[in-house]
Amino acid sequence: MRGRLAFLVFVSIAGLAYGEVGGDPENGERLFNQCSGCHQVGQGAVDRIGPHLNNIFDRKAGAAEGYRYSDSLQRAAAGGLTWNYESLDSFVENPSMLVSRTRMSFRGLSDQQDRDDLLAYLRQFSASPENIPEAAPTAAAVDHEVAPEILAIVGDPAYGEYLSGECTSCHQVSGAGDGIPSITNWPIDDFVTAMHAYKTGVRTHPVMQMMAGRLSDEEIAALAAYFESIQ
Amino acid sequence: MTFDRRTFLGSAAITAGLLAAPMVRAQGKPRVVIVGGGAGGATAARYIAKDSNGEIDVTLVEPTRTYYTCFFSNLYLGGFRSMQSLGHSYGTLAAEYGINVVHDWAVGVDRDAKTVTLAGGASLPYDRLILSPGIDFVDGAVEGWDLSAQNAMPHAYKAGSQTELLKAQIMAMPQGGTYAMVAPPNPYRCPPGPYERVSMVAHLLKQTNPTAKILIADPKENFSKQGLFEEGWNDKYAGMVERIGPDFGGADVAVDPAAMTLSIDGDVNNVDVCNVIPAMKAGRIAEIAGITDGNWAPVNAADMSSKMDDSIHVLGDAAAQGDMPKSGFSANSQAKVCANAVRGALTGSTVFPARFANTCWSLIDTNDGVKVGATYEATDEKIAKVDGFVSQTGESDDVREATYQESIGWYEGITADMFG
Repeated sequence: MRGRLAFLVFVSIAGLAYGEVGGDPENGERLFNQCSGCHQVGQGAVDRIGPHLNNIFDRKAGAAEGYRYSDSLQRAAAGGLTWNYESLDSFVENPSMLVSRTRMSFRGLSDQQDRDDLLAYLRQFSASPENIPEAAPTAAAVDHEVAPEILAIVGDPAYGEYLSGECTSCHQVSGAGDGIPSITNWPIDDFVTAMHAYKTGVRTHPVMQMMAGRLSDEEIAALAAYFESIQ
Repeated sequence: MTFDRRTFLGSAAITAGLLAAPMVRAQGKPRVVIVGGGAGGATAARYIAKDSNGEIDVTLVEPTRTYYTCFFSNLYLGGFRSMQSLGHSYGTLAAEYGINVVHDWAVGVDRDAKTVTLAGGASLPYDRLILSPGIDFVDGAVEGWDLSAQNAMPHAYKAGSQTELLKAQIMAMPQGGTYAMVAPPNPYRCPPGPYERVSMVAHLLKQTNPTAKILIADPKENFSKQGLFEEGWNDKYAGMVERIGPDFGGADVAVDPAAMTLSIDGDVNNVDVCNVIPAMKAGRIAEIAGITDGNWAPVNAADMSSKMDDSIHVLGDAAAQGDMPKSGFSANSQAKVCANAVRGALTGSTVFPARFANTCWSLIDTNDGVKVGATYEATDEKIAKVDGFVSQTGESDDVREATYQESIGWYEGITADMFG
C-alpha cells in the first residue's frame, strides 16, 4: 500500500516537470483516439491488435507478455531496443523509420507538439517516467522523416546490383531470413527509410550503421531499386 | 606499375577492345580459370558466371568434392554444429550457373602461355586466372613440427578431417588433462579464430572434463577481441585458461610429437592434446606461379590483380592487400570486386569502384556471441580501412544472444552467396 502511494506521488511530480517542457496530457488523451482502435492503456488494459501500453516507458520493446509481436519487432527487441522518450518519439512520428514492417499500421504524427502531448498522456501510465523530461528538448531536434527529395531519387538498379554484393554476404537474396532479416522485395520507400535511419543513427545496429554510413543517397536509392526488383 | 582506379577503368576499356581477337577464336569466349573453391574462389566463380550471362567461360579448380568451411568449424569443436552442417557441394555452381567445376589439384602455372596445369595432367588455358588458394604453413615455423606430425599434433586450421581429429583427441583426454595450443604469429587466417577455439574447447571441457586445463603459447603481445575473450574466459571458464605471451617465452616454443611435450621458453610441459597452428603463407600455387613476395602475394586494391602479373588476381588469405583481416568474409568481399573488374576487362561491362567490408563473429559460450567489423576502400597503395566497430565488454545477455543469432544468419547468407 505504501509503495502504491509513493508511486502516485512520484507520477504527479514528474508529470508537472514534463508539463513544463510542453507536453499536454489532456490533448494527448484526445490524440490517443487515433491509437485506441488497436491499443489500450490504463486500468485493466489488455493486448488487442496492438499490445497494451501500460508501463511502456523504459519497457523493453517486445515485452508485453502474451502479445504476438512481428519478427521485425522481436529482432529489434533482441538488439536492445527499449521504449524511452526518444525511441517512442521516433516510432510515433514514423513507425517504419525505427523498425520496418511491424504490425503498427500507422502513418505517424508529424507534429512535434502532438507527439509531446501524446507521450505526456501515455507517460501517466508508466511507473518510471523520470528519464523523460530532460530528454525532450534535445530529442525534439532529431529528424525522423526522410526528406521527400531523397525518397524521390530514382536509383540505378545496375549499380544497386553491384553494391548489393556488400549486403548479400549476410542477407540472402532468396529472402530467407533467420537471425538476419530478408531485404528482398521491399517497397522502395521502406528500404530507403530504413537505410537512412541507420545512417542517421535512429537505428542502432552497429554493422548496419557502419554499412549505411558510407552509402550516398544515390547509392541507397540504387540498392532500394535493385532489391525491390528481384524476382 | 600501379593501378589507380582511373587508369584501371581506362585500361579496362582498352583491354575489352584488344580481346576482340580471343573472342572470335574457336572457343569463342574469354576464359577465366579460378583455383580454390572457398569463400574467395567460389564467390568469384558464381558472380562472374551469374553476371556475364554466358559470355565468359568459367572453370573452377578445387580438389575436394565437399567443401567444409573453416568459419564455424570451432563451433563444431564446441558442440554447436555438426561437421555435416559445415559441408557444401559444388553441384549448384555447376548445374545452375554453368561453371565447369574440376576436382583436381592445380600444380603449375605457365604465365607466358597462360595455362594452368593440373595434377591429373590436364592443361587449362586462361585469359584471366584467379588464385584463391587459402593458406599453407611455413616450414620450420614451430621447432619439432612439420606436416608429417599433423596426426599427432593437429593444426585443424583447414576444416574437415583435421578438425574431427582434434575433437576426438580432446574427447579422449584424461580427466584433468591439458589441451595446449601453439598460437600463430601475425598475419594469419581468421585473427579471432585461435581464441574462439579456446573458448569452444573450454565450453566442451567444462561439460566433459571440468578439471582439464588449457595452455596457450602465444608469440603475439595482443590479439583480436582480446578484452572480450578474456572477459569471457574469466566469467565462464574461471581458472581453466592460461595464456603465455611473448614476455614469458610464448614465442620460444618447441614440440615433440612422439613424447607429446610442449616446451615454452625451455620449460617442458607434458600435454594430452597439442594443437599446433604454425605461421602461415599463401597457398602453394601462388608461390608456384611466382607472384609471391615473402609469404604472401601482393595485389592492387582496385581489382585484386597481382602486382607481378596483371592477368592474375589473388583473393582472400593468400593476398597481401593492406588492412583487411584474412577471413572468409573478406575473401567473399574481395571476390565481388574482382569479379566486377574481370568482367569489365573481358566483356567491357561497367566497372564500378572497389569497396570492401568485413565482419567476424565469434562465439565465447552458449548464446554469447561477439563481433568486430570494418569497411574498406581501395587506395593506390592498399586496401585501406574506412570505419569500424567492435562489440563491447559488459554487454547484456540479450545483445550477446542476438549477436550469436545474427552469426547463424550470416553463415546461411555467405554460404548461399558462395555456393548458390
